[in-house]
Amino acid sequence: MTYRYFPGCSLKSSGRSYEESLLAVFRALEVPVQELDDWNCCGATAYMSVDEVEAFALAARNLALAEQGGNGQAPQLMAPCSACYLVLLKTQKYLAQHSDLDQKVRAGLTAVNLRYDGRVQVRHPLDILVNDIGLDRIKKRVKAPLAGMKVACYYGCQIVRPFATFDTAYNPTTMDKLVAALGATPVAWPLKTRCCGGTLTGTIPEVGLRLNRILLGEAKRRGADTLITVCPLCQFNLECYQDAIQRELNANVSLPIVYLTQLMGQAFGLSDTELGLQRLFVPAARPAVQEGGKAAHA
Amino acid sequence: MPTSAQEHREVSRKITYQSELDPGFGEHIAKMAYGEKLFSCIQCGTCSGTCPVSHYMDFTPRRIIAMVREGFRTDVLNSLTIWLCASCYSCTVECPREIKITDVMYALKQEAIATGVYPKRFPVPVLAREFFSGVERNGRNSEGPLMVKFFLKTNPLSMLKNASMAFRLWTKGRLSLFEEKMRTPGVVSTLLRAAKQAGGNGK
Repeated sequence: MTYRYFPGCSLKSSGRSYEESLLAVFRALEVPVQELDDWNCCGATAYMSVDEVEAFALAARNLALAEQGGNGQAPQLMAPCSACYLVLLKTQKYLAQHSDLDQKVRAGLTAVNLRYDGRVQVRHPLDILVNDIGLDRIKKRVKAPLAGMKVACYYGCQIVRPFATFDTAYNPTTMDKLVAALGATPVAWPLKTRCCGGTLTGTIPEVGLRLNRILLGEAKRRGADTLITVCPLCQFNLECYQDAIQRELNANVSLPIVYLTQLMGQAFGLSDTELGLQRLFVPAARPAVQEGGKAAHA
Repeated sequence: MPTSAQEHREVSRKITYQSELDPGFGEHIAKMAYGEKLFSCIQCGTCSGTCPVSHYMDFTPRRIIAMVREGFRTDVLNSLTIWLCASCYSCTVECPREIKITDVMYALKQEAIATGVYPKRFPVPVLAREFFSGVERNGRNSEGPLMVKFFLKTNPLSMLKNASMAFRLWTKGRLSLFEEKMRTPGVVSTLLRAAKQAGGNGK
């Protein structure tokens, strides 16, 4: 089955290495992915702050696009960004629950010759990797196990709250299991779903920087060699503001922050450029012993 | 001239008179936020306890709910609280009365933006509005141009502070100053216009 892929705006700019590594990992696992044609922005948190109906209409167009074609099976729409994932799920849920809203959105879609029937399933790559592809298949593809590497798995808010479909909102473990399958050791830390502040780092840095200092400090205190994320905004906040945190809050929080898919790619023996590792501000952590040097791409 | 206390410390009335309240405010916000459960809040404070930014707020989420219900329109819309909410949904998940508190915060942001009740250069609504209009035009968000507009409209000097990070992002291929566009951006404006004509913002 081919997964329809909704990249969202960040995966085409600040989060480019998320897209690069995600597609590389899916290629390595021989799972076909097809980008949604001429998709539009999901609306994120900003649209919802200005106009709700427009926000839902915007997201619904992508859902409608994902339902086009297909052969009776429920189309699977992969949304790697946590904000996109939440917005798409929320739109589905609210349209199903509130007929007045549904009518307004439907009127919008009709004006652009689209219809949405609620058949599409919105999926996060973490969910697809663990529940569709499975840990066994992933384990088999590992060529350079990440033995000895301690990893803080950071889920952030919006993939498990409030519409979690594949893990619990309180203590999610999907990513920890996946990391263990790569040969690394997930560290136990209590802040795995604590908010990074989203755009507060830019809008109200007095608050945003502190939230990230707490997350980074705790991950370090628990002995993590690296922190991994599945959201472009979390990655951006936790990595790119480390200098500002050092400067403004006088805290040494230096820690490599990579995407889950970059870590997977390392374990699969994929090259740095395939995974976009050269785009990082803080160089990625490496497993202590890398057997056979740099593995060639299969 | 007698010395006034006002010269040393700000003296102002700290309570709101009932005549200044908007009795329909609670209903209005509840309707906007699909929050019919707003009125079943038991004031337990779980939302405030679980909120990662409540200790920076002028009114905690629990107090905001109480104030919305009682019609403290001006105080609520002028609060810092609604702009500090980063939509992490902790309160929504934890609320024992299943009140969609995040949606209530969204409704309050929408109301504040629609009625222009916020300081002109206040960063959060400025960012939301710039994001909104960029997407309306191009169908997609352009991170680089959005950042530039945001700093120009809030605090141009802070652009310098952020210049080194922006430059680093640019050298890493993570930031472009060009606008991202859909192939057919007109589709989005047509879609949004039609949805809006069909009934607008639940009001």
